[in-house]
Amino acid sequence: MSKRTFSIGGVHPHDNKISRECALEQLPLAPKVYIQLSQHIGAPAKPVVAVGDKVKVGQPIAEPGGFVSAFIHSSVSGTVKAIGPVKDLAGNSQMCVEIEVEGDEWADGIDTTPTLVTEIPADNKAIIEKIRLGGVVGLGGATFPTHVKLSPPPGSTCERVIINGCECEPYLTSDFRTLLEKGEQVVVGAAILRQVMGNVPCTIAIEENKPEAIAHIREVIARLGYQGIEVMSMKMRYPQGGEKQLIDAVMRRQVGSGALPISVGAVVQNVATALAVYEAVQKNKPVVDNSVTVTGECFPRQANLIVRVGTPLKYIIDYLGGVPADAVKVISGGPMMGRAVANLDAPTLKGTSALLFLTEKQTKRAPASACIRCGKCADACPMGLEPFLLNRLAKASDMEALENNAVQDCIECGCCLYSCPANIPLLDNIRIAKGQVLGAIRARAAAAQAKK
Amino acid sequence: MTETIIWTVAVITVLGLVLSLVLYLVAKRFKVEEDPRIDLVEKAMPGANCGGCGFAGCRAFAEAAVKAPNLDNNYCPVGGNDTMSKVAEILGYEVKAKAPEVAVVRCNGSCAARPRINNYDGYASCKVKAALYSGDTGCSYGCLGCGDCVEACQFGAIHMDAETGLPVVDQDKCTACGACAKACPKNIIELRPKGPRGMREFVSCVNKDKGPVAKKACASACIGCGICLRTCTHGAIEFHDNIAYIDVSKCKLCRECEAVCPTGAIHGVNFPKPLDKEAVKERIKLRQQKKEDKKDE
Amino acid sequence: MSTLTVSPSPHIHSKDSTRSLMLDVVIALIPAVICSFVFYGWREILLMAVSVCSCVVLEWAITKYMLGKSSTIGDLSAVVTGILLALNLPYSTPVWVVFIGAVVAIAVAKMTFGGLGQNIWNPALVGRVFLLVSFPGYMTTWGAPQGVVDAVSGPTPLGAIQEGLAQGASVSEIMATRGYDYSQILFANLGGSAGEVCALALLAGFVYLCVRKVIKPWITLSIFATVALTSLVFWGINPERFTDPAFNLLTGGLVLGACFMATDYVTSPMSVWGGVVFGVGIGFLTMMIRYFGSYPEGVSFAILIMNSLVPLINMAFKQKKFGRK
Repeated sequence: MSKRTFSIGGVHPHDNKISRECALEQLPLAPKVYIQLSQHIGAPAKPVVAVGDKVKVGQPIAEPGGFVSAFIHSSVSGTVKAIGPVKDLAGNSQMCVEIEVEGDEWADGIDTTPTLVTEIPADNKAIIEKIRLGGVVGLGGATFPTHVKLSPPPGSTCERVIINGCECEPYLTSDFRTLLEKGEQVVVGAAILRQVMGNVPCTIAIEENKPEAIAHIREVIARLGYQGIEVMSMKMRYPQGGEKQLIDAVMRRQVGSGALPISVGAVVQNVATALAVYEAVQKNKPVVDNSVTVTGECFPRQANLIVRVGTPLKYIIDYLGGVPADAVKVISGGPMMGRAVANLDAPTLKGTSALLFLTEKQTKRAPASACIRCGKCADACPMGLEPFLLNRLAKASDMEALENNAVQDCIECGCCLYSCPANIPLLDNIRIAKGQVLGAIRARAAAAQAKK
Repeated sequence: MTETIIWTVAVITVLGLVLSLVLYLVAKRFKVEEDPRIDLVEKAMPGANCGGCGFAGCRAFAEAAVKAPNLDNNYCPVGGNDTMSKVAEILGYEVKAKAPEVAVVRCNGSCAARPRINNYDGYASCKVKAALYSGDTGCSYGCLGCGDCVEACQFGAIHMDAETGLPVVDQDKCTACGACAKACPKNIIELRPKGPRGMREFVSCVNKDKGPVAKKACASACIGCGICLRTCTHGAIEFHDNIAYIDVSKCKLCRECEAVCPTGAIHGVNFPKPLDKEAVKERIKLRQQKKEDKKDE
Repeated sequence: MSTLTVSPSPHIHSKDSTRSLMLDVVIALIPAVICSFVFYGWREILLMAVSVCSCVVLEWAITKYMLGKSSTIGDLSAVVTGILLALNLPYSTPVWVVFIGAVVAIAVAKMTFGGLGQNIWNPALVGRVFLLVSFPGYMTTWGAPQGVVDAVSGPTPLGAIQEGLAQGASVSEIMATRGYDYSQILFANLGGSAGEVCALALLAGFVYLCVRKVIKPWITLSIFATVALTSLVFWGINPERFTDPAFNLLTGGLVLGACFMATDYVTSPMSVWGGVVFGVGIGFLTMMIRYFGSYPEGVSFAILIMNSLVPLINMAFKQKKFGRK
């Protein structure tokens, strides 16, 4: 079968998977963790513990603050020291539960043994409830509550579940290691997801630069005897892991502007999310840890760590030898879409997938020069937009023209800025304009709703 | 020869007549009936098209003003009372005089007071920077220093001070159109009444953090200590979210708050004499002494 | 650890820069420059040097003294303009004429519009066409070659054909009297501008640019296809009046224009289909000028005309947006 990929745009940055040989390892517990109450898209969770309370690993410490929201569990056992603002990696204050670690005692009912449980409960409603109680959110980066995604609006039907194992961002290897070392769990998680969605076929999409993972997952599926789950080897191309791009690549269907994947019959879940679903459903284990790649050419001690949620970034870095002298930038996530860390004391979140160290030479932006109208940004845009035009309109604040040129479709993948030979800060400007246009669209929708 | 000249003149004359007829017909056919007062009002406007009134430009303002039943919601901050009285005269409305205002920068976290703790390497725009993170200093409320306000000002009334890294408003050029206040993502710039002979007193800080946090981030932050609140005898100081705010309508410009502020976050401008902090503090001490004496009696 | 740097994503860059792209164009032009040296000798190198130096110095002076901006010569676009201008001129052009061409190309066609990225027309072509209409004598005189290889002097093939047709001869008669054959044309043109001498050298540069992904081949290929098709139709109707497709593809400035002038980023459309339309327009206009115009060659005019239409083409041919009709 020919290798699949999405149909418009994209770039080919060097994949730099230098930490691919590092097996997953458990990070020792930090003395203190700071668990943020807003780790997902939607309403922040409301704390259900008070200062001074003793908590165990996996005990809920906050409950959903709305329908689109999620449970948050203690990732350690110990005493709640404070509930208040803590600065996140961008330096902005976020409500956090601060817990001082004492021992490592797990809450009752959580199966911490490594035994693989393949028997899936028959009741789909009970499964979704377990996923909700487990605080599972999209761990690929979007952190959308999974139970909401698995409850499609009435009238829409799911035709295929896609497990996203592309890991198209350079440097990142945590999903790759998860596929290799916890492949069985991921496959069972995929089986659970496809059962919940009505026994639809399931595709596990993995890019071709991870042949070991492709072979291993194929072997696991055969060994466990699952029908309806296939592995698709994808051509390497960024941003293949984008939800819309992946659906286009796997199903040859394009999700419309502003529409949800379910509108074309697709539900996409990340590999790490599939694992979290397995753990929540089969082991009663909520999301208390996740795998984090710590990497960078200038970082001597590459690692793929299993980190408890809320561990301070500085603790992780110090465990591996501290920030290297020539690193100027620490990125939470990959180099294309990750966020630069301004505050190393910030805690990890459920969606933290990597810590990447870049040197000045690797990351320093060259000064912008004049647009030479080469059209490389338009060629690279996976949404078929014209970044050079949007940039110009954004500078002129022409909201109407921005909307007509679909600025709201931008997925902020960074391909335009990556490929611009004149180093024009295209995405910097477009991102702001997109926020403003989306705000205007929402306000308009709200006004229309009010009129009705 | 003569024939050529005659022909040329004839052709050009006929052409001219025909074309002018066409132009006349077109102009008549497509004429738009407009209230003539719109033109008059527009003429009375400053013509800067700055948008400070909330409309797209002076013409749009004029159209809205002519349509509106009164001038309560339409005020040209640039032209001020002079312009508005002219507009009122044209339209036969009454206009309420407004105290002249000026843009005030409420951040005094200079480079020296507020050390940089990281380097920003993106597009030099406050909007972009603010959307990304809290800023390159420890203060997440203060000026980001990329000069969006300078760019927004159509009157060249704001420039960045190279030494402090903060915007400076030229009060003679400022028309209080509010464009800078709208452009600032941190809402630092406020339009305040100019005050008598330009004298005004304001808190030049918007940091809502608790005292120690604010102090750590910036040596000249308002730390919410409340000394100004206790000192003020006019009840002009309000206190919200660890930050003091001076109510212009109550402030008597006694400068006592400015003298007692431990971080120098309270600024007084255009006063004829420099503030003698010690003398003012002495005065306050005496007054408090008297009060206590009275209590003792 | 130094102070952390914070910036919006993405944090890495493709390392393509305006300078690296222009450098690739310069590299792609090297075979053509060598060929022109082989056929026309040192004088060609002198012209090239004058042209490049004038372009670079002019751009530097204009940015520094007239616009008060930081210099933009580092992006090498002025070097490319200089080389292309020189390749577009007969080797016997006087040095001062070359300088005037550079002034028109850089000062008028490029910097007046705001510098690189803002110009509507290809600067080198504007310079060339200005010289062509201002100094037609110098621009159509082909003196005796001084090169290493004995090149044939005389009018360009296209010029010879037009001249012959005007005197009432048929195409085949002219070809026979001139002794043209195609291998000669492919490897070494029979007189003409320096850059028109060797189609193969130019095509090698074109392939290099495509392989390095500096340009996309669609514009060039659609020009070739249109020229071939148009001339095939006319040639099929009357082979004695109209020249054949192979002759039209290989003679004149077509290869140089299609590979290096029409593909200029600034003055060509961005989308693939826009590029195809642009190329078809250039090919068709070129053939119309060659067959029916008063100039023997029409590539420059065709490209400049289509340059003017680029904003319209860009508006009409946009890439399909993801998930939209």
